[in-house]
Amino acid sequence: MSSVTDEAMRAGQAPRRFGALYVAEHHVRIWRSYLGVNVVSAIGTPLLYLLAFGIGLGVLVGAGTGPGGVDGVDYFVFVAPALIATAAVTIASDEFTYPVMMGFKWNPIYLGMHAAPISPRQVAGGIVLFVSLRAFATCLVYFLVVAAFGAIPLATGVLTVPIATLTALAFGAPLLAYSAAQREDKGQFAVVQRVLVLPLTLFSGTLFPLEQLPVVLQPLGWLSPLWHGSELGRVVAYGADRPAWLVLVHLLTLVVFALVGWLIAVRIVTRRLES
Amino acid sequence: MTIISATGLVKRYGEVAAVDGVSFEVAPGESFGLLGPNGAGKSTTMRMIGAVSTRTSGELRVLGLDPDQHGPEIRSRLGVVPQQDNLDTELRVRENLITYGRYFGLPRRLVASRADELLEFAQLADRASAKVDELSGGMKRRLTIARALINDPRMLLLDEPTTGLDPQARHILWDRLFRLKEQGTTLLLTTHYMDEAEQLCDRLVVVDHGRIMAEGTPASLIREYSTREVLEVRFGSEHNAVAAGRLAGIGDRLEVLPDRVLVYASDGEAALVEVTARGLQPLTSLVRRSSLEDVFLRLTGRSLIE
Repeated sequence: MSSVTDEAMRAGQAPRRFGALYVAEHHVRIWRSYLGVNVVSAIGTPLLYLLAFGIGLGVLVGAGTGPGGVDGVDYFVFVAPALIATAAVTIASDEFTYPVMMGFKWNPIYLGMHAAPISPRQVAGGIVLFVSLRAFATCLVYFLVVAAFGAIPLATGVLTVPIATLTALAFGAPLLAYSAAQREDKGQFAVVQRVLVLPLTLFSGTLFPLEQLPVVLQPLGWLSPLWHGSELGRVVAYGADRPAWLVLVHLLTLVVFALVGWLIAVRIVTRRLES
Repeated sequence: MTIISATGLVKRYGEVAAVDGVSFEVAPGESFGLLGPNGAGKSTTMRMIGAVSTRTSGELRVLGLDPDQHGPEIRSRLGVVPQQDNLDTELRVRENLITYGRYFGLPRRLVASRADELLEFAQLADRASAKVDELSGGMKRRLTIARALINDPRMLLLDEPTTGLDPQARHILWDRLFRLKEQGTTLLLTTHYMDEAEQLCDRLVVVDHGRIMAEGTPASLIREYSTREVLEVRFGSEHNAVAAGRLAGIGDRLEVLPDRVLVYASDGEAALVEVTARGLQPLTSLVRRSSLEDVFLRLTGRSLIE
């Protein structure tokens, strides 16, 4: 008996340690099979946004605010960190909804991973790792495009990329928990996109300062990871003037959202795979 | 030395016991079957052995390890063919094997060479770069089996391996499984097909309502629970029950089904002679050897596929 058992104990070592990486690798392979679309959209989307906000809307806003701009800078500079954070949140909202449902149900690759030596926690970890990678890479492209147009300084602005990635997780980890709990698609993901993601990207102090919203609506912005991520990005990108305690609140909020979401997601994924 | 040892294995979902105190052992190289109708608890048992579902109570050792503590270690050495294929339809045929092999922490180069060997084995070499959805049901099944072999497993778990396949595809699959058996791979399979169990299993348990009804080799089960031959006579659905009343005493035992009467006898032809001697004229008659279907009918009073 012992030889069979020893063999199993040895074979289990690598998966126990690196299982989440294998899950991420699988996702990268799937991503790569849609390489063309992915690259075009990663480069094309920021260009479109720049065109719309930087040149189109920016001229109008510039005319309205006068030479002082918004938050003491050009509108273009003001929106750039928020655009990068928004790109990350968009990726999170894409990756943590339908693909999660697919992995459990329509194309149940998670069940296959779990039948192999991958634990439910590693399945969740691999998904999160892949989405982080994808958000990071896309935001880096975004950043470079925006920087090429002079909307963000290269040296300090690059920090918006990890901040945006953290924002993606703060928004995405709770969303992963939610999606993993869904057993049927009754249109709830379309609702998430329209009622949660879209308003979030528009009203989180991204395209205009949160203070412009009616006072009663502002607390909604405080709950939005995207507001915290955008503001943090502005602080690092162009040194936006924010009190230190607020900067800390931004950072902590993002970390707490991501961590709590992660813990719940692991529980739900585990329960679902081990039932 | 045992590969699996289960003692009083129980799995409850709320009030319902899907598996209700199952005990058996499987030796290395053995081909072991769980035979029973849908809902008998076969798949649930498989999931516990495959270390993806925790047991409610009882003892279970797979490869000498407790699945509760050593799930990943056990799963590292198993190959699993689930009831529903879960190939990745977003990847191509060969990529499916490679991706899966990586889950066992195997080096890319080793996985790539094994993938090519297994595509040969599964007779899918010419489909290596096809999309999964372009494959027929039988091909998908073979790809799933190839995928289950990517880690060169100690034991292969097959849950209803040929359900839903046409007869030709089933025979190709059986041939592949038989080769694995010859190479000494331990097979554990569930099925509700008698012929499949008889073809592939050295030993099996008959399961119903989460319990084991009988255990043995296909031949010993037939010997123990049935006669050598069976005479099947049909008198028309209206008359079967009435005619059965007049058949009492012929053979060892009678089984009245809605569409026919089964007469269990060591000599089927002799039984038929006796039937006609009693002045009964069956519409059709057939003498055949007993099968596991008869064993199941005897044990549960029901046929396997309802």
